[in-house]
Amino acid sequence: MTVRNPGPRYGPYGGMYVPETLIPALKELEAAYEEAHQDPAFQAELQDLLHRYAGRPTPLTPARRLSQALGGARIYLKREDLAHTGAHKINNALGQALLAKRMGKTRIVAETGAGQHGVATATACALLGLECVIYMGAVDMERQALNVFRMRLLGAEVRAVDAGSRTLKDAINEAIRDWVTNVRTTHYLLGSALGPHPYPRMVRDFQRVIGEETRRQILEAKGRLPDLLIACVGGGSNAIGFFHPFLEDEGVAMVGVEAGGLGIPSGKHAARFADPKRGRPGVLHGTYTYVLQDEHGNILETHSVSAGLDYPAVGPEHAWLRDIGRVEYTYVTDEEALDAFQRLSRLEGIIPALESAHAVAEAIKRAPQMRPDQVLIINLSGRGDKDVPTLAKRLSP
Amino acid sequence: MSRIATVFHQLRAQGRKALIPYITLGFPERESALELVPALVEAGADLVELGVPFSDPLADGATIQAASQRALANGMTPDLALEQITQLRARGLTVPFIWMGYYNPILQMGLEVFARRAAEAGVDGVIVPDLPPEEADALQQALQVRGMDLIFLLAPTSDEERIREVTRRSTGFIYLVSVTGVTGAREHLPPDLPDLVRRVRRHTDLPLAVGFGISRPEHAAAVGRLADGVIVGSALLRAVAEAKDPVEGSRDFLKGLRQGLDA
Repeated sequence: MTVRNPGPRYGPYGGMYVPETLIPALKELEAAYEEAHQDPAFQAELQDLLHRYAGRPTPLTPARRLSQALGGARIYLKREDLAHTGAHKINNALGQALLAKRMGKTRIVAETGAGQHGVATATACALLGLECVIYMGAVDMERQALNVFRMRLLGAEVRAVDAGSRTLKDAINEAIRDWVTNVRTTHYLLGSALGPHPYPRMVRDFQRVIGEETRRQILEAKGRLPDLLIACVGGGSNAIGFFHPFLEDEGVAMVGVEAGGLGIPSGKHAARFADPKRGRPGVLHGTYTYVLQDEHGNILETHSVSAGLDYPAVGPEHAWLRDIGRVEYTYVTDEEALDAFQRLSRLEGIIPALESAHAVAEAIKRAPQMRPDQVLIINLSGRGDKDVPTLAKRLSP
Repeated sequence: MSRIATVFHQLRAQGRKALIPYITLGFPERESALELVPALVEAGADLVELGVPFSDPLADGATIQAASQRALANGMTPDLALEQITQLRARGLTVPFIWMGYYNPILQMGLEVFARRAAEAGVDGVIVPDLPPEEADALQQALQVRGMDLIFLLAPTSDEERIREVTRRSTGFIYLVSVTGVTGAREHLPPDLPDLVRRVRRHTDLPLAVGFGISRPEHAAAVGRLADGVIVGSALLRAVAEAKDPVEGSRDFLKGLRQGLDA
């Protein structure tokens, strides 16, 4: 172990901005991950779990009626909603839980926003016999009550976080504090491609399976690569896993969709890239990336109808992909996401997560401007059962 | 020699140990530090840590979190912190001041601008709990050319090689984190503290100050027998918060620790 060993950066972004107590744990994690990553036995065990437990590969479904209604590109849906526990989060949770076990850790802590990562983590812990504590903002516990119950059913302890904005950001603070205190026995199972090195890379690698499958499936179905990929971006793990295997393919355009909340001028949003007044590079939760902050560097509270996108920072690799122009980032508002939520439900019989509905909303804008021989793929990162109560509240007169 | 090094040098010559209180600027009231800091010096503080509140203090326990939130609500900012430090110096205080704050506000001000303004205000050292040596080159250099120390931390989880690297890069003193955990008053000192001090001492003659969890005169006495200084934060803030008169409360509390340390 040496001090002069900065983590890989993504351009200027990334790094390892954490208290000293955690540095040895991060280095241990980095070494263990490197070893596991190259160990065929570990990879085989993970592949087996993804296949026989999580139900991978997930289908690539043609969205015929949506495509027809929009009258442009052929739209496909990458069905992460059909993975076990209902979202892409299980890919990373199984990977990290296996790794934690390999490292001899007996206890897992995790944060959750929408509850999808918490459910996936509780599931992986139940499967592998690990103790599991989930931190969740009190506001999120209220709007995602179903997932709180699911986590408890799965044997996890869910701890409410009452500090700050009482959402995902504060849940991460609390999970990190727990980790600092119990670092010798505990693995922090971070749920998105953010935080200190090696998390952004490790989470991306565990989520790459989304893009790898998509690539194979579209080549089988159409004999060609897609023209456009669209994914929602909170921390950005579903998007980075979806995009990454296509980054070298020049003909494949990519759009990441942030939560525009009540609109950019309102300040009530989670669009780190879209608001130059509030969103600029800074350090939060161990990484240097785009962060919504005030003029003194204090972190701002965010707003989104979708708890999973309600976070003030974005994964560092997204910041880099945006700077170099490889991926375009935009936002859609709460209203647009809610419309898309209903439209996909009615046209395709698929109820998307509110997070994923942001990607659907952007596709609704873009598909009509494309030719019918072009292919657009939406990463449908999760299913919307958890959001039905929110919708019912908003839509009932 | 920096002012921090000079103070530890003098204390060592006298066979005494440093008492280092921490307060959050802007707590309990916006201007409280202007009265609290002189009282702490009068009660026997050798150096003073001035906490600059941040919205997301992930290395801190409940007491400092609550103080930070209150201070932010009172309008404390890095600019105002620098202003108050300037005022404290103008009142003739000569103890070393240590800026304790998270990295993002410093980064947003700009490392060079921060270093220049901190030096002008009268800051002697800086502690950034979320800035390990891996990421600290630029800030350390900006501070050092102006005669200020960037204080690094070592923790019970630090291994030999890490201790060697951190001690090699340190100036001023080294902050030993007594426990694996966040800040906050605790009932007992951790049993492996002597071992941590011994492991670090093998690599350096720099002063070692111990913090996290120290709340009582007998803790101060025990730490004083092991190391060169004692840092006390959460327990002091609690005394400030609970006292009818915060100035008197903090003075009494610190006097108690001073007596423990000198006994």
